[in-house]
Amino acid sequence: MNKTVNNRAWLLVLPVFALVAFSAVLPLMTVVNYSVQDTFGNNQFFWNGLGWYQELLDPSSQLGERFYDALWRNLLFSGIVLALEVPLGILVALSMPRRGIGVAFALVIMALPLLIPWNVVGTIWQVFARSDIGLFGYAVNRALAPLGTDFNYTQGVLAAWITIVIMDVWHWTGLIALLCYAGLKSIPDAYYQAARIDGASRFAVFTTIQLPKMRRVLLIAVLLRFMDSFMIYTEPFVLTGGGPGNSTTFLSIDLVKLALGQFDLGKAAAMSIVYNLIILAACWVFYTVMVNVGVERRALGTPTAGETPPAEPASAPVIPIERRAA
Amino acid sequence: MALILENVRRDAGAERHIRDVSLTLERGTLNVLLGPTLSGKTSLMRLMAGLDAPSEGRVLMDGRDLTGVPVQRRNVAMVYQQFINYPTLTVFENIASPLRVARLPATEIEARVSEAAALLRLEPYLGRLPLELSGGQQQRTAIARALVKRAELVLLDEPLANLDYKLREELREELPRIFAASGAIFVYATTEPSEALLLGGCTAALAQGRLTQFGPTPEVYRRPQDLTTARIFSDPPLNELACSKDGGLVVLDTGARHAVTGAFAGVPDGRYVVGFRAHHLFLEPPGPDAIALAATVSVAEITGSESFVHVDVRTPQGERRLVAQLPGVHRLEPTTALTVHLDPQRLFLFDAEGRLAAAPTIARAA
Amino acid sequence: MSRIVLDQLAHSYLARPRGTEDFALKQIDLAWEQGGAYALLGPSGCGKTTLLNIISGLVVPTRGRILFDGRDVTRLPTEARNIAQVFQFPVVYDTLTVGENLAFPLKNRKVARETIRARVAEIARLLELTAFLDRKARNLTADLKQKISLGRGLVRADVAAILFDEPLTVIDPHLKWQLRSTLKELHRRLDVTMIYVTHDQTEALTFADKVVVMHDGNVVQSGTPEELFARPAHTFVGHFIGSPGMNVLPCRVEGASARIEGGVVPLARRYDALPRDARIEIGVRPEFVTLRPRGAGLPVRVRRIDDLGRVRIARVELRGRPLAATVPDTARIDGEEASLWLDPAQVHVYADGRLVEGERP
Repeated sequence: MNKTVNNRAWLLVLPVFALVAFSAVLPLMTVVNYSVQDTFGNNQFFWNGLGWYQELLDPSSQLGERFYDALWRNLLFSGIVLALEVPLGILVALSMPRRGIGVAFALVIMALPLLIPWNVVGTIWQVFARSDIGLFGYAVNRALAPLGTDFNYTQGVLAAWITIVIMDVWHWTGLIALLCYAGLKSIPDAYYQAARIDGASRFAVFTTIQLPKMRRVLLIAVLLRFMDSFMIYTEPFVLTGGGPGNSTTFLSIDLVKLALGQFDLGKAAAMSIVYNLIILAACWVFYTVMVNVGVERRALGTPTAGETPPAEPASAPVIPIERRAA
Repeated sequence: MALILENVRRDAGAERHIRDVSLTLERGTLNVLLGPTLSGKTSLMRLMAGLDAPSEGRVLMDGRDLTGVPVQRRNVAMVYQQFINYPTLTVFENIASPLRVARLPATEIEARVSEAAALLRLEPYLGRLPLELSGGQQQRTAIARALVKRAELVLLDEPLANLDYKLREELREELPRIFAASGAIFVYATTEPSEALLLGGCTAALAQGRLTQFGPTPEVYRRPQDLTTARIFSDPPLNELACSKDGGLVVLDTGARHAVTGAFAGVPDGRYVVGFRAHHLFLEPPGPDAIALAATVSVAEITGSESFVHVDVRTPQGERRLVAQLPGVHRLEPTTALTVHLDPQRLFLFDAEGRLAAAPTIARAA
Repeated sequence: MSRIVLDQLAHSYLARPRGTEDFALKQIDLAWEQGGAYALLGPSGCGKTTLLNIISGLVVPTRGRILFDGRDVTRLPTEARNIAQVFQFPVVYDTLTVGENLAFPLKNRKVARETIRARVAEIARLLELTAFLDRKARNLTADLKQKISLGRGLVRADVAAILFDEPLTVIDPHLKWQLRSTLKELHRRLDVTMIYVTHDQTEALTFADKVVVMHDGNVVQSGTPEELFARPAHTFVGHFIGSPGMNVLPCRVEGASARIEGGVVPLARRYDALPRDARIEIGVRPEFVTLRPRGAGLPVRVRRIDDLGRVRIARVELRGRPLAATVPDTARIDGEEASLWLDPAQVHVYADGRLVEGERP
């Protein structure tokens, strides 16, 4: 829908342009500037062209190896988290009450983890998962004791990953559940009634009615969660600090290490730009898919006004379901 | 003093919603937009209101070019199919709301609201909330709110579609009186021919975004300029049969041969489509020169006071379905063979391009 | 295959109903024969949807029983009754093709694949859906979607009744005619009980063999369209059926004539034993009231003449009381003054809204 055009509207957008220029464009340009130069401090810069980029994208170089490691780690994390959160979120949404007093209660419970600041989430789990005083860590440790292994996220790679994944699932499943719940609520009762009449099983109702009607919100949820998990920083930083070793060092954590830990500004800048481009690409996919899913073509198959559909032959053969002779 | 649309076109993406519509709506008139779903009624109303700007063409009000002037700065009121009222305001406050926005003095508001409420028979309900009212009363409230503004242009988009049949009938009977009391230009969109006839005024027939005819309602009904308009303005659907005229003889595709009389008399030789409304298909010959057709009954629908008999007639292109609307009860079993009759005086003839070639020769017969 | 009996059915949405006012359905006793076409007709809030929900099993009535072929199904859930339903807004399974939609109820009931194929092909042919079988149901028009919903009901061999809940609401007038005659043809061909709920008299009357008119939780009349038109048992039926509805006028009846606002109307029957305190009215349909130039008959003022194309209807006033009358094609009415002629055989007498049977003179 294009509305009436009023060119004065552009004036109203000007402040935002100015703000975006200051907050985004200028700092980004600084980063671009850093990414093509080398510096050894003292504000001395040497032109390096695309050198950092070449090194970053070359898996055989030290920087490249590090970058790809973090990237795969990140993708693996996003994959695991999505694979757990989406089905779990749907399951939770399906089992939430549809009316009555339980609705408000369920909504609040689901929204609660979303309201907690991210560093607090990290801190909570840091304590919660500790094997000595944390309830979760202690319980798991006791359970694993007969097997002779122990659960310690500061030392075991697997334990660290399990903790981070569970933390993320705890933190974000609510979001997916809420989105799915909204999708489910929008299905008119007539659909469920029709399915009951058609003798559909619970599973058939899910695949033929609920899942198709949730498709849109699920898509939003998946893309949102993918972007978010791909940019994760605070929680693992607080919980594991990227360790043990580099086993939970995701791109964002690695970037900070590179920039602020090693002060390799050029390399870090190049990495930021590439990181940024990946996210932009994901954004673009997100946007395109959303827009295309939104487009419902106009209804097809109407015979134009007055056009008579082909009539059946006059002497239709007798069909078995005609039990009453015409 | 009129709203004028000049060669207005409206595209949305690749789809063309309105194709080259020119229309002049005089002040103080009621204009019906008649057409099936997706024929462009709502799109045209949005253009008139200024909710959308035309992709091409101009919209003029009293000679002033309004093209591109947004709806807030026009004097327009709109009523929708859904009953749209402020749920937390009483009926009085709902009706008064446009006047409050305009910052009119309280006494003026009081006077205007009472006037509108009286016109729409809402006086007993002024203190109630919209949800405590029936659907009919809710829609009356919405109409009152549209009238109280004294807008130059009042647009009603299928306002009765969500009401029960009887409530619809009741409000429909009152609307001409309500409209007459105001001096605005009224535009009323509907899919139902009977509604257009009841409201009177002028009718603009729309099909696929194109204006097929505009004129006084009875005239559009009795002399539709083309086949499309005749189809839009017929309920039950228009009956159609192809025929050819050659010298003194008319041959219908059903094989029926007939000497040239009635509507056939004034047209040149050639192929035509014969169109006739359901109440002009008869079981008994309506006159000495009636055309007889052999048919078989497909379904007979009986309403108690009249019957709709659906019959099939055989043509080289296959069976053709015709509907006869007959007074009284006609219990006809399906597959019964019978003879139906046409009156040559009460037929429309459309030429190969679908343009009207001849209309019924009997006054009031269409 | 069943006969449906509603036995002293009453329903209230309140947990502890006190007076009759608390009941959405007051007391319903009806028997519907196998294979019949029935309509429930009434304004919104008359209880017709409640009744439909009781039949389909969504609502358990407060009192009374519902029997399918003598079997008490009052407390059985929807899926345990052999019914199908077509809703106001088309319900189709978007992601499935038209064919899969039609096969859905059979697949759920584990019917053999060959049988499913044959049934689907048959039903598709009956509904003229064959050309669409492989299309996704999502982007079809409303009338095609309604046909699919109907098809999902018909495809089952065991379906006892098909319920229609205002199925033509979203259909354009032109297509309504097609869909309605398709429904009617199907009913004739198939031995299925059909129950059609609507507020639209044309739909109810054209569809059903027997129409049940409901008002305020009660059944006011159950009869054929002709009966409802010719002898409305209640002034409400007279008003609700017919367009415009029946003219109802308060009057005084003496023997075989009625005195109305100073005029006298002859009646075809004698009414000698009318209850004393009752409100007495006559009812006559506009079809049997003819507008004539001023002369003999009831003197009226003409307010407006509506040209409906096929007929002309005059809106007149008899001493301030509005009436509707038919204007014959030949009649020429000049000015506001005119007279009404009422067909005595079609004038009915009502006491407190209920039809009074007169005696033949």
